[in-house]
Amino acid sequence: MRISAGLAAVTIAVALIGTPAFATAAQIRGASAEQEDGAARPELARRVAADSALEARATRLAAELRCPVCQGLSIQDSPSPLALQMKDLIRTQVGQGRSDAEIRGYFVSRYGEWVLLQPRARGFNLLVYILPAMALVAGFALVLLAIKKWTVPAGERRASLPDG
Amino acid sequence: MSWTRAALAMLVAIPLLALFTFGLGRGDPRLIPSPLVGRPAPDFALPVVALADPPPGGEETTGDTIRLSDARGDIVVLNFFASWCAPCRVEHRGLTRMAERYADRGVRFYGIVYNDTPAAVRGYVRQLGGQSYPALLDPGQLVAIDYGLVGVPETFFIDRDGTVRRKVFSAVTEGQLIEEIEKLLAEPAADPDAVTGAT
Repeated sequence: MRISAGLAAVTIAVALIGTPAFATAAQIRGASAEQEDGAARPELARRVAADSALEARATRLAAELRCPVCQGLSIQDSPSPLALQMKDLIRTQVGQGRSDAEIRGYFVSRYGEWVLLQPRARGFNLLVYILPAMALVAGFALVLLAIKKWTVPAGERRASLPDG
Repeated sequence: MSWTRAALAMLVAIPLLALFTFGLGRGDPRLIPSPLVGRPAPDFALPVVALADPPPGGEETTGDTIRLSDARGDIVVLNFFASWCAPCRVEHRGLTRMAERYADRGVRFYGIVYNDTPAAVRGYVRQLGGQSYPALLDPGQLVAIDYGLVGVPETFFIDRDGTVRRKVFSAVTEGQLIEEIEKLLAEPAADPDAVTGAT
């Protein structure tokens, strides 16, 4: 009985914490849809937006690229005018039959590797990929050491136990 | 025992500190170096905004088109701006004065409008006492994206070969304009082979 009450409390807390996030996400999406419809857009971008398979590709690419005028948002997630224009440019390039690598390459040639939200795994960037794994291994080692230390050998335990 | 522990702590702490020092010492993370510097400037052909009194027919552009490739052999100062951008107002006087000063020395200034309307640009130019160089409309901000624009204002210096030589983020000063233009003017005029090779 106590356990289920606790579970309910946790569920309610999580739901309460999560609600504002959903609201803002919906608002942003609404705002961007408004602007997308209002602005004059190239014909090719419009056609790609209407094609669900091509639009899915454009959306996936936009989610990989950093919005230059935002803090840590992708082009896909940002409602800023420049991000919307960049999304349209991605659509246009998709419509022109460019490959994913070509489109990514275009943005890297203009903005540098900085524009990729997921850095390429090479050179100094490798640290980003290696360090977490190393930290995990080191953490495991620490925990093992600590457990070993906390565990009192069987012989000593009997001696140290209080009478009774 | 305590010595090995101290050594172990140092082994972990020193690389971490080095990493943090490197990360924090890089300055403003928004100031990313442009990959365009040293590379050919992306070409464009853009309509010129009518900066004079609003035309009666509601025509927003003069009908002229400016092509960057036509400026080959001249030095080009490319300034991205908007009427709603505060630092643009700061740099405007210097830009318009330097454009006048260098007009007959083979230096062209172009302003490229970033996410703004011709009417607002007209009002802005009138308010700031005129502009001695053309303002160009960039529909869809395709040229801005082509130049890897992060914000306004940004100013690009393009040499006689059509190569981007420097990018200034935020308001450009008269000192920066003079310094860079004089440096590019001092370079020998490109020989014809170099011009054809740089496309």
